[in-house]
Amino acid sequence: MRAHLDRDMERLKKDILTMGAMVEKAIFNAIDALVTRNIGLAEEVIASDYDIDMQEIEVEEDCLKILALYQPVAGDLRYIVSILKVNNDLERMGDLAGHIANRAGVLSKLDTIGMPENFDKLVNLVKGMVRDSLDALVHQDSELALKIIGTDDQVDELHMQIYRELRDRMRQEKGIIDRAFYTISVCRHLERIADYATNISEDIYFTATGEIIRHMDEAKSGRGDN
Amino acid sequence: MTENLQETTGLTHRIKMPGRAAHAYEDFDSLASKIVVRNLEFFYGKFKALHGNSIDIKENRVTAIIGPSGCGKSTHIRVYNRIYELYREQRATGEIIIDGENILSPSTDLLQLRKKVGMIFQKPTPFPMSIFDNVAYGLKLHYRISKREMKDRVEEALKDAALWGEVKDQLNNSGVALSGGQQQRLCIARAIATEPEVILMDEPCSALDPVATSKIEELIGELRQKYTIALVTHNMQQAARVSDYTAFFYEGNIIEFDNTKQIFTKPSMKQTEDYITGKFG
Repeated sequence: MRAHLDRDMERLKKDILTMGAMVEKAIFNAIDALVTRNIGLAEEVIASDYDIDMQEIEVEEDCLKILALYQPVAGDLRYIVSILKVNNDLERMGDLAGHIANRAGVLSKLDTIGMPENFDKLVNLVKGMVRDSLDALVHQDSELALKIIGTDDQVDELHMQIYRELRDRMRQEKGIIDRAFYTISVCRHLERIADYATNISEDIYFTATGEIIRHMDEAKSGRGDN
Repeated sequence: MTENLQETTGLTHRIKMPGRAAHAYEDFDSLASKIVVRNLEFFYGKFKALHGNSIDIKENRVTAIIGPSGCGKSTHIRVYNRIYELYREQRATGEIIIDGENILSPSTDLLQLRKKVGMIFQKPTPFPMSIFDNVAYGLKLHYRISKREMKDRVEEALKDAALWGEVKDQLNNSGVALSGGQQQRLCIARAIATEPEVILMDEPCSALDPVATSKIEELIGELRQKYTIALVTHNMQQAARVSDYTAFFYEGNIIEFDNTKQIFTKPSMKQTEDYITGKFG
C-alpha cells in the first residue's frame, strides 16, 4: 500500500514541478515580450495558457486519485491539500502572464513612453519570488518560504511608487493616458503574481511545519486583504 | 493535556497550534475524566505487555486506541473491566480509577464493575437464544423487574442500538440467525441494556462489511451522548471518523495521546506519523 502511495506521490511531485516550470516560463517570457516589444513572443505566451490549464487538470486529478485511494493523513495529507492550492495559484499566475503578454502586444504597436523608474526593480523582485517559491516547493524549504513572504511588502511599495509616478505623468501629458494605463495594468499583474507566490510560500510553510501562518498579520492589525 | 498527566506519564510531547487554531480544540483539562489510568503495567506470566501506561479517558467522549498488532491496545482496555481475570497467570499493577475507586483493588465487586463497564468484542458473540433473551440476559442477572418493565427495557436497548426497526417483529427468533452486523448491534444492545457507564469496544467492526461498519460507526456517534467509549481499532480512518481523542500505542507504551484531529493532521511524534501514514506496522 505504502509503495503504491509513494509511486503516486512521486508522479504528483513531477507533475506539479512541470506545472511550476511552465508557469515560470510564461511569466518570464511575458516580461521579455514587454521589455523587448516582441509581439511573437507575447503571442506564444498567450497560446501557452491552454497547456498550463491542461496541466492544472492533470495535477488536480493526481491529487483526487491519491485522496480517494489512500485517504492520506498527517504529512501526506498536508502535502496533497497544499498541492491542490498551489496548483490553483500557479494556474492563476499563468493567466496573469497571459494578461501581461496581451498588454505587451498592444504596447508594442504604440510609440514607447519608456518604463517607470522602478520597473526593473519590481520585475527583478517578482521574478525572484516566483523562482524562489518553486525552489521552496521542490525542497519543502520553510525558511525560504518565510523569506519570500517577507519580500511581498517591498513589491507592494514599488507597485504604489510606479502607480504614483504614472498618475503624475498622465496629469501632465494627456496623450500618454492609454499607454500609461496599460503599463499600470502590467505592474498590477506583476504585483498579483507576487501575491500568489506569497500564497504558495504560506502553503509550503504549512506542509513543512503543520502551522498555518496565513492572515496572521491581518489578525493582529485587524485589517483584511486589500 | 494536563500538567498532572505530563508529570506522571512524561507525556511532554504535545505541542500547541499557534494563533487561532489553538482555540479550535475543546479544553481537555476541563472535561471530567471517567477513567484515570496511572502507571498501568500488565503481565502475561513473566512477559510484561504494558509498560507504565497513564491516560485519562474523558466522560461522554470516544477515545480511540490505535497501534500495530501486538502493541498492547486490547490488553490495555481489557484491564478496565478486569475481564483478563478469566485467564490464569495474567495480572495488572498500577491504578485504574473509575468514579474515585481503584478498580484493581482486590475488594472490587467484579459483577458491579462489569455492569458499569460493558464490552463489545471483535467477533459478534450472540448467545444461542432468542433476540429478546439475548438482551434480557444481563437484565435478569442484575435486576428483579416485572415482565412489563423487562419488555420496555429490551425495546429501549434495541432502539438505542439501532436494531429495533429490523427485529421488532422477530424477537423470538434466534439471535444467531441475524447477519453479522445485526449480531454486533445485538451485542451492543445487550451491553447497554444493563445501563453501563463505559463501553469498551475491541475492534467492533473488523468482522463486518462496509455497510454494517458504517451503521456501527453512526451508532458510536449516538452512544457517545450517554456513555463513555474506549475503542480499539486497526482501522485508522475509523479512529479518525468516530473518536474525539486518540492514543497511539507501540510495544506496550503510549507514544502519543492527543485530540484526534491533531493526531491525524499533525502528530507530534515521528513514530505516530510513520505508523498512521503506513510507513511501518
